[in-house]
Amino acid sequence: MAERLAVKKTYKLYVGGKFPRSESGRSYEVTDAKGRFLANAAWASRKDARDAVVAARKAVPGWSGATAYNRGQVLYRVAEVMEGRHAQFVDEVAAGEGLSRAKATAVVDESIDRWVWYAGWADKIAQVVGSSNPVAGPYFDFSVPEPTGVVAVLAPQRSSLLGLVSVLAPVVVGGNTAVLLASAERPLPAITLSEVLATSDVPGGVVNVLTGRLADTAPVLAAHMDVNAVDLAGAAGDADHARELELAAADNLKRVVRAPETEPDWLAEPGLERITAYLETKTVWHPVGV
Amino acid sequence: MTKFEYAPAPESRAIVDIRSSYGLFVNGEFVDPVDGSMFKSVNPATEEVLAEISAAGAEDVDRAVQAARRAYERTWSKLSGRDRGKYLFRIARIIQERARELAVLESIDNGKPIRESRDVDIPLVAAHFFYYAGWADKLAWAGAGPDPRPYGVAGQVIPWNFPLLMLAWKIAPALAAGNAVVLKPAETTPLTALLFAEICQQADLPPGVVNIVTGAGDTGRALVEHPGVDKVAFTGSTEVGKQIARSVAGTTKKATLELGGKAANIVFDDAPIDQAVEGIVNGIFFNQGHVCCAGSRLLVQESVYDDVLGRLKRRLGTLRVGDPLDKNTDIGAINSADQLARIRELSEVGEAEGAERWSPECELPERGFWFPPTVFTGVSQAHRIAREEIFGPVLSVLTFRTPAEAVEKANNTPYGLSAGVWTDKGSRILSIAQQLRAGVVWANTFNRFDPTSPFGGYKESGYGREGGRHGLLAYLKGEH
Repeated sequence: MAERLAVKKTYKLYVGGKFPRSESGRSYEVTDAKGRFLANAAWASRKDARDAVVAARKAVPGWSGATAYNRGQVLYRVAEVMEGRHAQFVDEVAAGEGLSRAKATAVVDESIDRWVWYAGWADKIAQVVGSSNPVAGPYFDFSVPEPTGVVAVLAPQRSSLLGLVSVLAPVVVGGNTAVLLASAERPLPAITLSEVLATSDVPGGVVNVLTGRLADTAPVLAAHMDVNAVDLAGAAGDADHARELELAAADNLKRVVRAPETEPDWLAEPGLERITAYLETKTVWHPVGV
Repeated sequence: MTKFEYAPAPESRAIVDIRSSYGLFVNGEFVDPVDGSMFKSVNPATEEVLAEISAAGAEDVDRAVQAARRAYERTWSKLSGRDRGKYLFRIARIIQERARELAVLESIDNGKPIRESRDVDIPLVAAHFFYYAGWADKLAWAGAGPDPRPYGVAGQVIPWNFPLLMLAWKIAPALAAGNAVVLKPAETTPLTALLFAEICQQADLPPGVVNIVTGAGDTGRALVEHPGVDKVAFTGSTEVGKQIARSVAGTTKKATLELGGKAANIVFDDAPIDQAVEGIVNGIFFNQGHVCCAGSRLLVQESVYDDVLGRLKRRLGTLRVGDPLDKNTDIGAINSADQLARIRELSEVGEAEGAERWSPECELPERGFWFPPTVFTGVSQAHRIAREEIFGPVLSVLTFRTPAEAVEKANNTPYGLSAGVWTDKGSRILSIAQQLRAGVVWANTFNRFDPTSPFGGYKESGYGREGGRHGLLAYLKGEH
């Protein structure tokens, strides 16, 4: 019997819960760590980035208004659905990052577990960082964290799945929506993750994934007046570019998570910094009396 | 309503002793500027020159930052949290002891009514130091991990509207967390900061832990851009805030920014109207409207519009504008000729764009900088007086029909510092408070401040919080 001819996948963008090609009609070749052809990925344009911001903004009321319990369940569901695609993620991580199967497996395991860790924070973070404030007067005064809104995330260039999850989950757990720029050279796990998100009860538009070149889309997002915050993790090691993006972000005083000098070890235990970076503190006063 | 004639009740200024000139406070002593110049601080209520003030040049700023660095490395970071706290408690006590002197000096230099400097500003200053003093030996419980560290040297730039209170908001948490500071007060209101320097001397605070460099924008820029500064804290305009955000781009400096606002004060038809009117007055005419979180956009539900406006105008007819040192005064002087010009300009634009301008009859003193309480009605969202921060006693009134429309209009601004809600319905308060994109929401009250209560903005009103545990985190490196 002749060997079956494989059905190859078209890798597309993920915007507003749908999988469009780039409006530019462009794509670029993705290769494995040894330079062998893997796929043609959509090459997102500036227009795609702007469309993604519109989709992300539209999703803010629903997602930020969902109960924390609900958001926690949705994030946990992401982990469940990822588990079912475990083998596919291992293949893509091993090929893209040039890891052994054992190492790639460890990375995928940790990536799934990280969603579980963040899922649990959804209905706890407000108790940890919020407060009731004992003011010197007859007032009830409390402070609660609220999502800042739309966050542009430059995913790490090297760690294409664990790094990606480590920067994306803390954005959405707090009720923000995200426009994510996948690793330029290793975009496949991000695209597969977007297929997971589409089937995990994550409402369309909460996470939008763009593939392509950082130089095309990152400046648009950093300067976009309807983006509230930006994570520059993906610009690690490129201080000049990171500085340009931070300058652009100042135009509407975006909250900025700066790029590190080198990409960190994403296997390390995360802290709360990335959750709180995208949370605003709202303080409410009310008189106490009869 | 008739205004009762009160006999003047002036607070004596004998308690303050203003020197003819002041140096910079660097490394625990007053020094002459090495590359700076001198400028004058005037009493905005009389235009009388109060003192000659040093404008620090780049070299002066450098010396202050170096002094702070030495103090941080050699003294302050080696001290136990307990001892840092005890210095702050000392400072809080001296502020309480010298409260009257500070209040009178603040009113003379700033133009604010003595009633406010005496009853609001200075008590809050002391409370702020007292609050953060207690944090100094409890940093491990602040929520920044088990071993939080200070940044090192904090460069702090503050505005002229609450001169000593803004100093307290900056210096108290910075010192509690273990940082040394270089602070630049506003050029029109340096005197209480310089008196605070004397208080640091009285408290035997180690030299260099607090440095005060006076001057204008150039001095502030030199401080913010100094490579020896690890942490920048700024309160002021959104425009300058953006410049600072740009200047720290690509550095490791951490910045917190507390910037402008255009707060909506929303009055629903079931609100207790008399209380709401008091809240409206307090919201926009407190401190001559020189308040970043002032309730400068009044949103009134249409069904009670006539009633609210009628009572508001009657109430404004009873406000006393005049001598800041008179204990009966409600509204004092505008802080500077520049600020007065800006308020006048925007008010003229308001008229030109078609809004209707109203002020109660009130006699303004001949000398000094004065502006009557002013209300604009018929204001649309597109008017500049509804969009731009006026930072003066000018209220823009808009109307709404439904709660959704109120929220929509309230949030229709790039700012997001504060907001007010007036209604008798508890569930509505919570729902509206939740939907407002603002860092502080006052429900059935306005312009309340407390050292335990985090304060700061959303969107272009800046980032970071001052006050409470959140305010402490702005000065601590760690996991938060």
